[in-house]
Amino acid sequence: MKIAIASGKGGTGKTTVCASLVHVWPRSVMAVDLDVEEPNLHLFLHPIMESTEEVAIDIPIVDESRCDFCRKCAEICRFKAITVFGDIVLTYPEMCHGCGGCMAICPQKAISAGKRPLGEILHGKAGKADFWMGRLRVGEAMSPPLMRLVKQRIGQATRSGSMAGSADGPAVDPPDILPDILIDAPPGVSCPAMNAVMDADVIVLVTEPTPFGLYDLKLAHEAFERLHVPMGVVINRSDIGTSDTRTYCKETGLDIWAEIPFERGIAEAYATGKIVAETDPKHFDRFRELSETLMDICMSRNRRQEGNHA
Amino acid sequence: MHEIIVISGKGGTGKTSLTAAFAHMASPVLICDLDVDAPDLHLLLQPENTETHGFTGGHSALIDPKTCTGCGTCREMCRYDAVSENNGTYCIEPLRCEGCGVCVTFCPAEAIAFPEKECGRWFSSETRFGPMMHAQLYAAEENSGKLVALLRTKARQKAEALGMELILSDGPPGIGCPVISSLSGVSYAVLVTEPTPSGRHDLERVASLARHFQVPAGVIINKSDLNENECSVIEDFCRQQELDVIGRLPFDPVITHAMVHGKAVTEWDSGVFSARIRELWNRICEVAACRKNMDHTTINN
Repeated sequence: MKIAIASGKGGTGKTTVCASLVHVWPRSVMAVDLDVEEPNLHLFLHPIMESTEEVAIDIPIVDESRCDFCRKCAEICRFKAITVFGDIVLTYPEMCHGCGGCMAICPQKAISAGKRPLGEILHGKAGKADFWMGRLRVGEAMSPPLMRLVKQRIGQATRSGSMAGSADGPAVDPPDILPDILIDAPPGVSCPAMNAVMDADVIVLVTEPTPFGLYDLKLAHEAFERLHVPMGVVINRSDIGTSDTRTYCKETGLDIWAEIPFERGIAEAYATGKIVAETDPKHFDRFRELSETLMDICMSRNRRQEGNHA
Repeated sequence: MHEIIVISGKGGTGKTSLTAAFAHMASPVLICDLDVDAPDLHLLLQPENTETHGFTGGHSALIDPKTCTGCGTCREMCRYDAVSENNGTYCIEPLRCEGCGVCVTFCPAEAIAFPEKECGRWFSSETRFGPMMHAQLYAAEENSGKLVALLRTKARQKAEALGMELILSDGPPGIGCPVISSLSGVSYAVLVTEPTPSGRHDLERVASLARHFQVPAGVIINKSDLNENECSVIEDFCRQQELDVIGRLPFDPVITHAMVHGKAVTEWDSGVFSARIRELWNRICEVAACRKNMDHTTINN
């Protein structure tokens, strides 16, 4: 089962919740940081890294000796990454989305694949948990291609292939064989956030009960609703702000799966890179309870789906 | 004309609350919310929209099942796994479609349409602190960088038309496409961080992005009383990296109170906290002006 920890607003506590869930998770678990622009999960889980892989996106390299300047490459490119002026071909590698269109269409086979580095994929162990993270190269604009590669590697690692974005519908993981996957997603609701949550079986929306938190929660709820997977809310710093977030959840039928009060101790644990669930048995129990809620929801969803497939 | 942008790398460090307070200090000023994905500044400034425009940022492929011959070329060619097949019927998942049009071009049956799609809306508005440009990208859409670039162009045009000297922008979190689009070519970047491992880690990355684009930058440590040691580490980092140390701001629940009442914190509180923010703003104006002069000297030499 795959559980994505997401939020519209940044800084509401996604990583805090994800790190604590990994810590208390009662079964075999894999922790995945898909916030590739600003990955933070490793700062709390302190994984021992075993491998680092530099990854790249395919960009066009033009062999001008073969080019007859027919302009077909410039016409197919939607991203202004390749243009032809008379008998000069100019490429703008940083604009390229790696669709491969120019290489496929060139009648002279004059375009081959070069590489633009996207960043790196790190793999290691955080205690018993398998740990994966993507880290975008500073200056690289596009995070979804790196996120797709991280998901591919996880798919390969679990041999389920389901994280690689298979189009055969959501995978039903055989229980007790594959690890459960906890995903720390990037903030927001645009393409990077959607990319992180789109294969999940359950989405946890972490929010805080403030006007900013609520506004962005509504955006996330609306955006992710179309994925038709169970979604619920964790209200962090639950005793600040107003009651509007609870009212919204009630009115829209969005379940509140946990509330974490604002405590100086939690803030300080976070500020020193500690896992909150580790600092106090009462926090451990709170996150253990949340993990059980999430597993129940996943399992009943998978049972329903097996029923549908049968 | 000067453009000052408030960014942070990490979300939730206080960008928007500080931008609203700075807009209050700098009023009248042209305000811009460049977080087009999850914008919040309007919740404090209550802009009155005077203009609303659609933003078309790309295309999306659409297979006509009647014309499709089921050859599977689209699925083979798509690098984004956006084409799914079910009993010989091919279908494009809009959420995965990158809008590259490769399938459209290569479909032998010409069965794939490629309509333009509206990805969001942008607004020109009035607020009590000055005119405001802002936008909302529709859920799950891409091209936020393009929308950010469009907003900045419109903001500059408006500032010019009104003879305004300063554009103050609230930036998006992260270091990816919308941040790059927000940051390139601005006069000064204010980096808001917090003294936590995440805050520092994300500051380091966003600071190196600012350096990459040669944008002078300074740092505010918000919630500074959370971890004294981490504050010192961050300030040392700033000095090594030639980032201005603008100052510290202790944690204060008054930020949340002001937010709940839809006010800039400096409107809501007239005490020590607001005085501290005024000092930070004055310091930003000083260091931004100083950086600018230095650049001039460098250029003249």
